[in-house]
Amino acid sequence: MRFLFCLLLPLALLGCGESTEKKSAGDTNGDSNKALVIGFSQVGSESSWRTSFSESVKAEAARRGIDLKFSDAQQKQENQIKAIRNFVAQGVDAIIVAPVVETGWKPVLTEAKRAGIPVVIVDRNMALDDDSLFLTRIASDFVEEGRKAANWLMEATNGTCNIVELQGTVGATAAIDRMKGFKEVIAEHENARIIRTQTAEFTRSKGKEVMEAFIKAEQGGKNICAVWAHNDEMAIGAALAIKEAGLDPGDDILIVSVDAVTDIFKAMADGDTNATVELSPHMGGPAFDAIEAHLQGKTDIPKLITINGDVFTQATAAEEYAKRKK
Amino acid sequence: MTNLMQHRLFLPLLALALILLANLVLSPEFFHLEVKDGRVYGSLVDVLNRSAPCALLAIGMSLVIATGGIDLSVGAIVAITGAVCANLLNSSFDTLPLVILAALAVGLAAGMVNGSLVSIFGIQPIVATLVLMVAGRGIAQLINSGQIATFQNDTFASIGIGSLLGLPAPVVIAAVVFLLVQFAMRFTALGLFIEASGCNPRASHYLGLNVRVIKFLVYCVSGLCAAIAGMVITADIQGADANNAGLWLELDAILAVVLGGAALSGGRFSLPLTMIGVLIIQAMSTTIIMSGIEPKYNLIIKSLVILVVLLLQSPSFRQQLRGLSGARNSLGGKA
Repeated sequence: MRFLFCLLLPLALLGCGESTEKKSAGDTNGDSNKALVIGFSQVGSESSWRTSFSESVKAEAARRGIDLKFSDAQQKQENQIKAIRNFVAQGVDAIIVAPVVETGWKPVLTEAKRAGIPVVIVDRNMALDDDSLFLTRIASDFVEEGRKAANWLMEATNGTCNIVELQGTVGATAAIDRMKGFKEVIAEHENARIIRTQTAEFTRSKGKEVMEAFIKAEQGGKNICAVWAHNDEMAIGAALAIKEAGLDPGDDILIVSVDAVTDIFKAMADGDTNATVELSPHMGGPAFDAIEAHLQGKTDIPKLITINGDVFTQATAAEEYAKRKK
Repeated sequence: MTNLMQHRLFLPLLALALILLANLVLSPEFFHLEVKDGRVYGSLVDVLNRSAPCALLAIGMSLVIATGGIDLSVGAIVAITGAVCANLLNSSFDTLPLVILAALAVGLAAGMVNGSLVSIFGIQPIVATLVLMVAGRGIAQLINSGQIATFQNDTFASIGIGSLLGLPAPVVIAAVVFLLVQFAMRFTALGLFIEASGCNPRASHYLGLNVRVIKFLVYCVSGLCAAIAGMVITADIQGADANNAGLWLELDAILAVVLGGAALSGGRFSLPLTMIGVLIIQAMSTTIIMSGIEPKYNLIIKSLVILVVLLLQSPSFRQQLRGLSGARNSLGGKA
């Protein structure tokens, strides 16, 4: 790995010097010896998922020999706008932005457009009325994640299940869409229903608190067949609450969640939770694909590219945990 | 009857009783208690257990508010303490006394920073503690290197999930801290000194009270309480979440103190009433979870209940209410 990096670094520096001299989309003839220079403005590192997202993009860039200029915005939009302006001034070949909020991007994206630099939006959305301001958007399909979780659960329980739902933060897109996808599938099974639903704000301690109350409200948990949590953190909290109530999480009460953070693989390997749908952090590959296609002169790039994660279960949990643990 | 109604304890207790009674209608399981594995088990115990961290913060906050100050940094101190504990438990220094001492030292140090900013440098308390409120969470994230630090240590976890005398450990810890502080406040002159320096700092100074030292000390106590709360929260989920541990908990603590009838301008406080305030807040949260109300209404319901409790405590509002009922004789039963 380090060897590869040493090999790529001079190459990347070379590319950096060249790109300022003649920077126009038509010049790059596919696999020329010149490395692409791409600026990436990331939200920050507020969660372990975000960290693995950054790592994945960096690794993908290194693999393709792309010179990635990484900028951490520390959850502030003004830092992201500054970073984008810097990228434009440096004359990078393309810019990838993982926006922290939806609004307020038009002026700075117009600057990038005037400079002829394509912009790819990843993860969260931007509210833009003019879709010529960006090349494409790469995002996870939250509704599909909800469907996948529900499909797994319906298969595991033969469609008969009393489910309690731990929602994410009220109003968050991820929470609304995951709920929608899950309900769609549940509606097709007449013996499956959501008996209780409440927000646990995407956190472990709230997940535990809400689950504690649910267990007491449903005859000590006897009435609950499964927990559906909108993220892994809440699922881990729920597992703690179930254990403290003297029941066996993953057995007496099934737990299915979304995200696939490292900790959930340990919980699954220990038999405490059952399944998780990966919120894929690997958005770097599709983003670089789109940029490379654009620079080769292709025009048929869709404005929204969705990526889907796989369902992981206890069967592969131990193996995956060993792989993901640093 | 009128004597009873005018007692300071009457209204907060009535509010708490009404919230609990609402559960009789909404979810009768609420009052079900049983003994499981040598500990009492049920929703009422959950309310006590979940209110322990906020109660600990509110004890420190009461003293700070009594001196006319405010401590916004306690939520961040919770996060720092949690991060320190989790990382120590993952290192080779994982003996329980050492971890607890380190956590208390962190809380004390944070309290000393607040205390010296307020009492020595004379910075407004809301600004002085805002510094640590913002910076503290950053420090916690730095210690955790931006991740949620989890640990496996059953002895430390028992601070959050163990039980003592049949009650959850956090409840016992909060009760002991409450009794200690209440004893120091009401059976020594300390409580009087604190109220005096909040009521009229200049007069207290001329009377020979060292107001600076008292102000410095209350922030230290608040920091220590926050450290204990931090340990309870961290042990509860066996992990330190720098972003969310104790988030906005300082506001709940301040609210509890106010629900307990303390004046934010200082000079008056009551720890037992503050504890009832804490229980009101938590009973409401648990009620909402148990009742199956749609989550989007949570915050509105909470704020409405709090508004009503605060209005009923306001003397001028009660006077107007009395005037109304006297004139029309129709609202008599409500107040």
